[in-house]
Amino acid sequence: MTAPMIELRQISKRFVWRLDLASRLANLLGAGIRERAVHAVNHVDLGIAEGEVVGLVGESGCGKSTLGRIVAGIMDASEGEIRFRGKALSAMTEEEHRDYKLAVQMIFQDPYASLNPRMRVEDIIGEAPVAHGLIRRSEMGEYVEKLMQQVGLDPRYRRRYPHQFSGGQRQRIGVARALAVQPRFIVCDEAVAALDVSIQAQVLNLFMDLREQLGLTYLFISHNLAVVEHISDRVVIMYLGRVVESAPTEELFAAPNHPYTKALLAEAPKLVAERRDYTPIKGEIPSPLDPPTGCHFHPRCPFAMARCKTEAPPLREIAPGRMSACHLNEMATV
Amino acid sequence: MTIPTLQVEDLETHFPTRDGIVRAVDGVSFDVAEGEILGLVGESGSGKSITGFSILGLIDPPGRIAGGRVLFKGEDITSASPERMRSLRGSRIAMIFQDPMMTLNPVLRVDTQMIETVQAHEKVSEAAARARAVETLKAVGIAAPEERLLAYPHQLSGGMRQRIAIATALLHSPDLIIADEPTTALDVTIQGQILYEMRKLCRDTGTALIWITHDLSVVAGLADRIMVMYAGKIVETGPVATVIERPQHPYTRGLIGSVPGVLPRGKRLFQIPGMTPAPLNLPPGCRFKTRCSRADTLCDTLPELVELHPNHSVRCHHPHDARPLTPTESAA
Repeated sequence: MTAPMIELRQISKRFVWRLDLASRLANLLGAGIRERAVHAVNHVDLGIAEGEVVGLVGESGCGKSTLGRIVAGIMDASEGEIRFRGKALSAMTEEEHRDYKLAVQMIFQDPYASLNPRMRVEDIIGEAPVAHGLIRRSEMGEYVEKLMQQVGLDPRYRRRYPHQFSGGQRQRIGVARALAVQPRFIVCDEAVAALDVSIQAQVLNLFMDLREQLGLTYLFISHNLAVVEHISDRVVIMYLGRVVESAPTEELFAAPNHPYTKALLAEAPKLVAERRDYTPIKGEIPSPLDPPTGCHFHPRCPFAMARCKTEAPPLREIAPGRMSACHLNEMATV
Repeated sequence: MTIPTLQVEDLETHFPTRDGIVRAVDGVSFDVAEGEILGLVGESGSGKSITGFSILGLIDPPGRIAGGRVLFKGEDITSASPERMRSLRGSRIAMIFQDPMMTLNPVLRVDTQMIETVQAHEKVSEAAARARAVETLKAVGIAAPEERLLAYPHQLSGGMRQRIAIATALLHSPDLIIADEPTTALDVTIQGQILYEMRKLCRDTGTALIWITHDLSVVAGLADRIMVMYAGKIVETGPVATVIERPQHPYTRGLIGSVPGVLPRGKRLFQIPGMTPAPLNLPPGCRFKTRCSRADTLCDTLPELVELHPNHSVRCHHPHDARPLTPTESAA
């Protein structure tokens, strides 16, 4: 296997509720109030090869968006190391770090919130490449028109404001803005979740076209399994901050290994007109503030054993290219 | 023959604006029988939610029902008095909204809200009302309902709030529930649980259900019948298997083709060209004509909704054959 373009090693992100003055004073008097921490991302290893599309799937609160933001450099990890083209971020010079941040761009979920309503489209798209010296200001108009054409927007609209566009068109503006700094890697955080089905299809097609034309690498974050199945080469499933399974797309959908993945696949609505007798998995997603001990999935897992309550299963290779974190896999081999 | 729970006849809901009248719902007719689940599918601006609101008489002025009738168990409720509507809403006809926080009052405990709902329509003691609330919460799969009743909405997760909104709708065992995208904001596993419980409830109690959604795959496994709306009009309606497997309207075919997961991985999805027309600027004749590959001069006149097969009606001058949708075809 070639060296991955981006590699995450034991990445963790904790959000800590710092104690305020009153609590600290109360503690002096012996109140015993402790800081509370959310382990949004918990020791995640992930490598993404050049040109690969990795789908990151999970439900609310599983840490998938946090992980995406860490990869895109919007957020710093609490622990662990990110390597870009073999070089650790911490060892990079300022210039290399800037190059990394330009090479990795992000597209957000909400096309209404992610565009500045007071800026014209040409400034939204053209500002960054001018600021970073990729083009001269005098070339901006032409550059923006080219990008707008590439993402399927009419270049005549470049003097308009975001509110004059529909949701699907706004998402295209977001794509053009990301492409403007000539990135190699794009993090899409639920980039099609807010769109109607027919518009979603247009934007997904655009992503696939751009991949072909520009050789882009994607980290595609979504809760929608059908979207991820369609666009990804490899799928990574997260649950409460941990990766529970990772496999090539076909294999994962043909034969899911982890009980959580199985439940997700069974319950994802499919376009088949047949009465499925749902046997939904029980329970709610636990609070990440107070995750269950051992395997995070054990309170909802139909196969949970005594061991699952105390010991978190490590992510192990179960077949070439396939990883899963479940104690059941060890039982099978013993 | 028994009277259907709901009959909608030629419903028209209009919103006057400065630039003209928006015909959000434009001549929609359908029936829902007892215990039947109808999936009402459409994209933003198709008029699917306004249809739901119109049935309940929840159209805010200056919007108004400009024509047609809504018969609930044979009674015309478009002309009913506000008092009559208030006694029906929440007891015989209930609505579940997309965002449970629209239903729940954030500053009142769950028990206050549920007991109030019971007592608004029935003279029962508080203890009896509380017992009913506990029972209904159990029915929608909430563990430890007595404890949940003492919570405030913000202390509960999104899935739990939506279940409480559903339980509140069920308190008076209504004859009709209108559910407007109630699972769109929820996670897959929670959505699965709620779909399962709703279907069971309809089967057990004979409640008729209208499930409004933009997601065909949600209603594919839930509904008995599907109705597809486009720009204020019904374009196709039929039994769920027929509409999903042998759609005949070009728009329905396009919608199904654009759902990922039907085509092989990595294939370009079918794209319906263009966008939904602006409601003030609808093309004359067939409203889908500007985006349709089959359109010709015939489409300058509006096609009627024609029953091509028993129970399967399509509004199109050039319907597709009733052949199953094949992957290659939908990709073409």
